[in-house]
Amino acid sequence: MSTAITREYTPGFYEGDRPKIVTSRFEYEDSHTLERFEATGGYEGLKAALAMGPEAMAGEVKASTLLGRGGAGFPAGVKWGFTPQGVWPRYLVVNGDESEPGTYKDRLLMERDPHQLIEGCLIACYAAGLSQCFLYVRGEMALAHERIAQALNDAYAAGYVGKNILGSDFGVDIVLHWGAGAYVVGEETALIESLEGERGMPRLKPPYFPAAVGLYGQPTIVNNVETLANLPFIAANGSAAFTAIGTETSPGTRMVAISGHVKRPGVYEIVNGSTTFRDIIYGDEFCQGIRDGNELKAFVPGGGSAPWFVADQLDIPFEGKEAGAAGSMLGSGAVMVMDHTTDIPEAALTLVRFYAHESCGKCVPCREGGTWLLRIVERICSGHGTDADLDQLLEVGQSICPGEMPHAASERLGLAAVPFPYKMTTICFVGPSAYASIHSPLTLFRDEFEAKVVPAPKRVSIPVAAG
Amino acid sequence: MSRLTDSNLAIAREIISRYPRKKSALIPLLHLTQEQNGYVTDEAMRHLAELLDITPAEVIGTATFYEMFKFEPVGTYVINVCQTLSCALLGAGNLMHHAEAKLGIKSGSTTEDGMFTLEAAECQAACTEAPTLQVNYRHRYRVTTDDFDQLVDDLRSGALSGEIPPHGTLGRNRQHIPADKFVGAPDPDDVTEGPAWIPVKVEST
Amino acid sequence: MSEEEDTVPSTDEPTEAVQEDAPQQEQGKDVPAEEIAEEVDAAEDTDSVETDVQGDAVDPGPVVDPNVVMVTLNGREVEARAGELVIAAAQRHDTYIPHFCYHPRMKSVGMCRQCLVEVDTGRGMQLQPSCMITVSPEMKIETESPTAKRAQEGMIELLLANHPLDCPVCDKGGECPLQDQAFSHGPGESRYIEEKRHYEKPIPISDLVLLDRERCILCDRCTRFADEVAGDKLIHFTQRGNETQVMTFPDEPFASYFSGNTVQICPVGALTAEPYRFKARPWDLAQEESTCTSCSVGCRVVVQSSRDEILRYQGVDSDPVNHGWLCDKGRFDFEAVNSELRISDPMVRTEAGLTPTKWSAALDAATRLIRESLEAGGPDSIGLLGGARGTNEDAFAWAQLADALGITHRDAQFGDGLPASILGLDRATIDDAANASTIVVLGVDVKEELPVLYLRLRDAVVEKRSKLVEFASIDTGLTRYATQSIRHQPGLQTEAIRDAADLLAGENVVVVVGRGNLAESADETMSALAALLAINPDAKVLPALRRGNVVGALSVGMAPADDAHDGLATLRAAADGKLELLILLGADPINDCPDSDLARRAIAGARRVISIDTHPSESTKLADVVLAAAAYGEKSGTTTNLEGRVSTVSDKVTTTGTARPDWMIAAELAIMLDIEGDIADVASVGDITAAIAAEVPGFAGVTPAALAADRNGVLVTAPTAPLPDATHHAGQRNSYDHRLVVGRKLYDRAIGTAMSHSIAKLAPGAGAHLHPLDIDVLGVAVGADVRLIGAKASAILPVVSNPGVARGVVWAPFNQAGGSIEDLIDASAAVTDVKIEVA
Repeated sequence: MSTAITREYTPGFYEGDRPKIVTSRFEYEDSHTLERFEATGGYEGLKAALAMGPEAMAGEVKASTLLGRGGAGFPAGVKWGFTPQGVWPRYLVVNGDESEPGTYKDRLLMERDPHQLIEGCLIACYAAGLSQCFLYVRGEMALAHERIAQALNDAYAAGYVGKNILGSDFGVDIVLHWGAGAYVVGEETALIESLEGERGMPRLKPPYFPAAVGLYGQPTIVNNVETLANLPFIAANGSAAFTAIGTETSPGTRMVAISGHVKRPGVYEIVNGSTTFRDIIYGDEFCQGIRDGNELKAFVPGGGSAPWFVADQLDIPFEGKEAGAAGSMLGSGAVMVMDHTTDIPEAALTLVRFYAHESCGKCVPCREGGTWLLRIVERICSGHGTDADLDQLLEVGQSICPGEMPHAASERLGLAAVPFPYKMTTICFVGPSAYASIHSPLTLFRDEFEAKVVPAPKRVSIPVAAG
Repeated sequence: MSRLTDSNLAIAREIISRYPRKKSALIPLLHLTQEQNGYVTDEAMRHLAELLDITPAEVIGTATFYEMFKFEPVGTYVINVCQTLSCALLGAGNLMHHAEAKLGIKSGSTTEDGMFTLEAAECQAACTEAPTLQVNYRHRYRVTTDDFDQLVDDLRSGALSGEIPPHGTLGRNRQHIPADKFVGAPDPDDVTEGPAWIPVKVEST
Repeated sequence: MSEEEDTVPSTDEPTEAVQEDAPQQEQGKDVPAEEIAEEVDAAEDTDSVETDVQGDAVDPGPVVDPNVVMVTLNGREVEARAGELVIAAAQRHDTYIPHFCYHPRMKSVGMCRQCLVEVDTGRGMQLQPSCMITVSPEMKIETESPTAKRAQEGMIELLLANHPLDCPVCDKGGECPLQDQAFSHGPGESRYIEEKRHYEKPIPISDLVLLDRERCILCDRCTRFADEVAGDKLIHFTQRGNETQVMTFPDEPFASYFSGNTVQICPVGALTAEPYRFKARPWDLAQEESTCTSCSVGCRVVVQSSRDEILRYQGVDSDPVNHGWLCDKGRFDFEAVNSELRISDPMVRTEAGLTPTKWSAALDAATRLIRESLEAGGPDSIGLLGGARGTNEDAFAWAQLADALGITHRDAQFGDGLPASILGLDRATIDDAANASTIVVLGVDVKEELPVLYLRLRDAVVEKRSKLVEFASIDTGLTRYATQSIRHQPGLQTEAIRDAADLLAGENVVVVVGRGNLAESADETMSALAALLAINPDAKVLPALRRGNVVGALSVGMAPADDAHDGLATLRAAADGKLELLILLGADPINDCPDSDLARRAIAGARRVISIDTHPSESTKLADVVLAAAAYGEKSGTTTNLEGRVSTVSDKVTTTGTARPDWMIAAELAIMLDIEGDIADVASVGDITAAIAAEVPGFAGVTPAALAADRNGVLVTAPTAPLPDATHHAGQRNSYDHRLVVGRKLYDRAIGTAMSHSIAKLAPGAGAHLHPLDIDVLGVAVGADVRLIGAKASAILPVVSNPGVARGVVWAPFNQAGGSIEDLIDASAAVTDVKIEVA
């Protein structure tokens, strides 16, 4: 199935005896098949849920304190509880639109264990009274589409999905839905717009949660793929087995993709809350240090939107609150590592370009400000920037994220951390991400930017409007 | 043919039936028409508007928001080379320069024989396998310049035609919900009661 | 109305009562007034202590009104309304918050982010778009704090980043919210030195509207209007992010009847209207508020002129009527007022034909014709038709003149509407209809005949306030929104109503009834209405009579006393040679009466014809004396809309040539005819307005003070009258024939449209619309000519395929170029059946 130049999964991917909740089947070549799934405890969680009843199942999820794995880290059980009493129908929308720079986990879960995701969807629908499930998969994931379509067809045929599941009065359809290439659709209200056939532009808030007003204006639970993939384990083994792993505030495991200048980049299921960045980047069972024995220069701890960390932050555990206090966030579980050879402005440019390109165009600060930031950084990187441009970046940023911007501490610069989060003038995080991805490198490595610019000529005042 | 063929129309109707409101089927149907024609034509968009009871302006409004939809003919193989951070750190820029030289075209254009379209792409969710590219949205990992040459040769020779369908085909299989298993997708306005398995009066929460 | 020629207020937002100046500008030019809603602010005395009848000395405390929310706005405590948006509450309290995308008649989208203010709801001050959050108790709002101001300045800077600096050549310059707010809330200079976005400069997106995408700031107003308000989703955002633009689908123009509204609400110069482009600068415009009389909805407008020429109408927000919107016909038919073809001087027929003359000579001639007629045949031999195109005062003056002369043959309609007695039913207002639990539409295509009423009804259904039940023979503009659209053969609506009785029961039912088919007798509609009222006697009726002031004219004295003297009877009498004189008061029966053959015979049969009109028509051309009438915008007075709302119309420009208002002509004739009494004594239009209030039942409240106090006007009542017996005569259709429906389109050959070149070209032209299966049966190609053969004539029309037409029905638009379907209509027949042959 793979050609010579396709090297599917990194060696060492499932090495080590760490507890595995969502990647337990990844060692099998045929992990995506119904046969393998059933042979390895598949759909046992669903049976357990049906045996305990919807209320008890919802209670287990709440007790597990399963935090959403999409980026915001909101407890899934609490989110389900936001559905208004007595309003029907309610929907489940699965957010499989993984596209945050650096993030690579949901696609694996969909390609390698689609039945686990399907089982998770069924458990969620059963527990929260959701009468239809839409599995929204990013368009540019052809293999995931094929694997999920096959898995769904097999699961329907086997009686796991559709009417009267396993002979019970529980019946739900899971509809595989295809995205078509727009990062912003990962934002849950934009995802719903897209699922309604609209342009994927985030909705106004309030209402703050789709759980109250979502798909077609109905209560809608939007959960990330990895979040749902945890449910079969919780259903089958109970919340106590889940909370026994990880820390009290961050139980269970997390999938983390570590990419960039490390010896052994890969996606690893780590114990939540306690594993530090040093463990992940330098640990033997993980990335085994920086390539070629180089020095670590910086790393992005939580997907492209996150303010950068430097070596000073290596001993922070992979835990939301601690990362926040240190001036960044964990986001979607993506660490991008840069060694000392990295040209920081060029690296930042790729992220600014990403967010400017992915603006939906709704909010002015993001639509106009994001592109303005990009133009300036492009100019700097091409050698045509001036020192005034550096301050101008911060000025444009003030119109996107007013006030103090979070960043990491730096001993080298004598800089104290400004904790997360930032304020924003936009509806969603795309615009602020454009700014965050230039603000933090500029703050931590201003010298590298200054090295690329020339002194500014005297400013010419341009009137804003002819009158 | 720009309108959906009869067989695709049957598929379209099945897709539409899965959604409580028709317009939700728009993006899947745009994929379907792109699969049929290689790109999305004006006539196809008019046809979808008819099927979904919306205006063509609504169709084009949605369609142009999403990058996967092409409104002019593209190559049989669309090669997207990722340019975002993780790939950029590991040589995506060089790979793109090499690809341009190998194919003899600039990023954003199509070879004269209509075989290849080369595009710079954003993050492809394969960051640990950098640098990556996709051919018709099928990943290739840790691509060296030699790998790229081999890939192009294989695509040209047809060696990969079994694995990589022409541009527009998202999956080589499709979801199909058997009629006897289909719970149904009623319009939410027509639903007043909770699902059967939820005890009346007791909220699941 | 004051005559002050102020700077033109921006009319893109509701203007209800209070106008106020918006932000002060730095460079000395007035800023368009953002006018705000201010209804009742009278709850100031709620803290008066109630008398305690029990005698207990307990202080009841202040009365708490659950609809009032106290908030702190820039340090001062003000009252807001529960559910009100912060931006609206602030504006009511004279605190202007800059904004572009927010529009009070549309849903908030929060796109421009310009209205960011600091809000504290107990969790500390946070920047929030004030168009998105509603007030809550004890909310603190800072609209001008340093943080808020920095954010507002930042948004202006970002909006201007890609906006071209072409204000000096932009039509919007001088009334541009972006320009004005750049001065009032902007940073003063731009730091943007990158290349701006470039697009092809203005591209036409319809026959009337052009789009300049470089100027567009993507506020979603036009696209939201097209979607939410008009339901014509023909313009849409396309592309994404920084490349987002507004566009139509290729080759599918923004052909909405309401497209002009997008130009009015565009906060920059991105959308311009062909009829106004480059005609004037806003600071050269003077304006008067008025009421549109293009149809009987009575939308509130301002009439704007420069150098004594009307150049633009803009919609004004009247809450009970138009919500600020206009249809394109009403908006752009000012071109007819300026038409070179206007009748500028009176004319008298000589051997050389109609010859312009002096008023004294023309009035002499008219007086002579009247006297001769009275002598020859008495007052019963004079017919007076018309009045629906003028003001209440015009119609009243002529009715008074007719009364004084004893003229009995009179009517403001001529077989094109419904009997005047319909006004005596329990009448619904537009608001009643738009808030009814069930709206029943009987006959009329509201979108084609009364477009802004269509917007109100559509909104009621889309927002799920109302169910809509429609009875029609073809698809109408409302069909796609109808809960039930019941198709019936022409003439069988009474049966259809009886069969649908269960849909028509219940409380709060409003019937919108009009004349959907000019090829059948009005009796058929009235019979169906009677059947409906028999099923639901509590239903209210909104008469969808189309002509601008037909309700006013009928109310103030132009209604016929009985069937024997109504418009059709008058025409028949004339055709039979029984009339010595036919006076046409702004009436063109040859084009306006469905039975054009009868009208032609009537004008030929009347011994003398006097026409009082603004433009030459087929009827005026046959007159003996033509008196030049002042047009809309050239005369003041009042008008009455279909619900009975009397509001002002204003004169903005001097009359064309020596033309005079109709009322003045009536008064002059009264003097010359030696008539004693009020009509001969009027000195001004105000005298007539006062006389109407004094003499017309139900009009007592229509005083100058009342009209000046409320732009929404005064609702009058008509004396109640039972529905007259209406028997319906239509039978089943012969299966070899097609039954004819002739209905109105918005654009036809009526004077207001035909004389306005921008919209005249939008008339669809004649055609025989048939169901595709019927076309197959006939074996004729679409577009080929067919001959429609009726009982008295035949007509040749091209075939149009129209799946919205019921089988067995042929539908033809009324009064269109390229065919004369009107020849087939017989006013005395219940219905019109035609044979169709390949021509």
